[in-house]
Amino acid sequence: MLSVSNLRAAVDGKEILKGLSLDVPAGEVHAVMGPNGAGKSTLSYVLTGRSGYDVTGGAAQLDGEDLLALSPDERAARGLFLSFQYPLEIPGVPALTFIRTALNAQRRARGEPEISAPDFLKLARAKSADLKIDFEMLKRALNVGFSGGEKKRMEILQMSMFSPRFLILDETDSGLDIDALRIVADGVNAMRSPERAMLVITHYQRLLDYIKPDRVHVLAGGRIVASGGPELAQDLEANGYERYEQAA
Amino acid sequence: MSLSNAIRERDVAQLPSKRDEDWRWTDLRGLLRTLPEPSDPLDVSSTGPFDLIADVTHLVANGSGAAPIEVAPGQTSRIGLRFIASGVGSHAATTRITVGADARLVILETYESNAGSVSQTSISISLGEGASVERIVLCEDDDEAISVSLAEVALGARSSFHQTLVSSGARRQRLETRVLHPGAKAELRLDGVYLISAKRHGDQTSVVTHAGPDGVTTQLTKGVVQDQARGIFQGKIVVEEGADRTDARMGHHALILSDRAEVDAKPELEIYADDVACAHGNTVGALDENAMFYARQRGMSQMQAQALLTEAFIGEVVERIGDEAAREVIQAWVTERLRT
Repeated sequence: MLSVSNLRAAVDGKEILKGLSLDVPAGEVHAVMGPNGAGKSTLSYVLTGRSGYDVTGGAAQLDGEDLLALSPDERAARGLFLSFQYPLEIPGVPALTFIRTALNAQRRARGEPEISAPDFLKLARAKSADLKIDFEMLKRALNVGFSGGEKKRMEILQMSMFSPRFLILDETDSGLDIDALRIVADGVNAMRSPERAMLVITHYQRLLDYIKPDRVHVLAGGRIVASGGPELAQDLEANGYERYEQAA
Repeated sequence: MSLSNAIRERDVAQLPSKRDEDWRWTDLRGLLRTLPEPSDPLDVSSTGPFDLIADVTHLVANGSGAAPIEVAPGQTSRIGLRFIASGVGSHAATTRITVGADARLVILETYESNAGSVSQTSISISLGEGASVERIVLCEDDDEAISVSLAEVALGARSSFHQTLVSSGARRQRLETRVLHPGAKAELRLDGVYLISAKRHGDQTSVVTHAGPDGVTTQLTKGVVQDQARGIFQGKIVVEEGADRTDARMGHHALILSDRAEVDAKPELEIYADDVACAHGNTVGALDENAMFYARQRGMSQMQAQALLTEAFIGEVVERIGDEAAREVIQAWVTERLRT
């Protein structure tokens, strides 16, 4: 599904990703763990096409299609979703308006008809109930004045409404208490399917107790320096990143 | 120097120029070599944007037809006031609106031009004690028009005057508001929106003079400029000696969506009283890159994301319009402008 090979990227002329390779097959959940400054957020931004993150070499493909040639919205329309570490506040735009505008933009880009207003509201009501989000909150400006946990739940809500094929979760557990973490993880786990894959980017092992990965990769110094099963996350929790940082 | 004198006497030497401090960004003397012939009389058959929601509509066509408007004490009224310019002549008009004590009035005012006319409109509005007026002004001028409007407002004690200007510029366009504020528990709100594109020029200028104690003024103007457009905001609040306990707040915020667009802003507070609460805020910048990327990651194109975020930015002003039907007209106008 997602195939990244020898990817290099720079921010302000400084190389952050230095030949990163990674394959995530359909149906699998992979975790990328790494110390601060390893390039975890850079990886999520390069894959989603943020300006200012300049690709200087390598390739990234989603189902064989070159991601790097597409604009951020074209990537979204092809099913790539990033759950932001710090979801943006959008003053003046009710959450429902934002989500419907985005959903219909994706559908138009794929040549699908727009979703009708009643169908959209029905979907929004059902998905917000699953995530224990008060529907009235969706009438407020997106994320404005929301708590950290509420913002993350709004990310998962959008994710479940867009039904993307490939999910990137960037530090989704930051700012969450245990109850919020469980709701968010349940929402993410409900998205697991044989046609879908996920990349879970995290500094701490805690999130992986709730979202069980099939594979764990260690990102240090801009490259994947080790890969293994879920036990690798336990090992990192116990022994830290130091030996990988030295290796990088 | 005034445009109305210049038009009446067909004398370009009387045009306001950059030597007049508050006209330095809208220099008409430097622009016009000659003044066009007086405009021809005009029969109006078109409908205006507020026709459906006004009780009665007054037409001033190519400078003719202005009649004083009076609202008797205690009465309620909703009037349309259309200033229409057709052709490439020049004309000036003057009108007066008198609002009696405790009367309520909604003014739905439009400027509509279709070519390179030169027009000047002067309106004086006086509010009796306890009167309440909401003035909503929508300017739809031609690319080639020169359109200048001056409203001079005198507030009565305990009166309230709420104004929202909505403009999209012209070759040169200026909406000026001058308010004499007696304090005396009167409440003033001066809001504005400008959405200017192409090579248009739009100027919103105001001067509020607090002459007595216990007055309130709030002002919020938001603008969006793109292409090679130029937006101008000049806001001045004077608090005279003795106008104690004045509460005056001014905000102007603009988005510049292209490298060649320009915003000139001059917020001024002149305070000669001791016991006042006054503040002003002024920001001019680009759309937030983080919010743009967020919207695009969710699937919106550059254009869609920009339209959504700018509409939300302007929405803060539009939402303050008290008259619901007028607010809907303005909201639709803003949406149409930003999405095309």
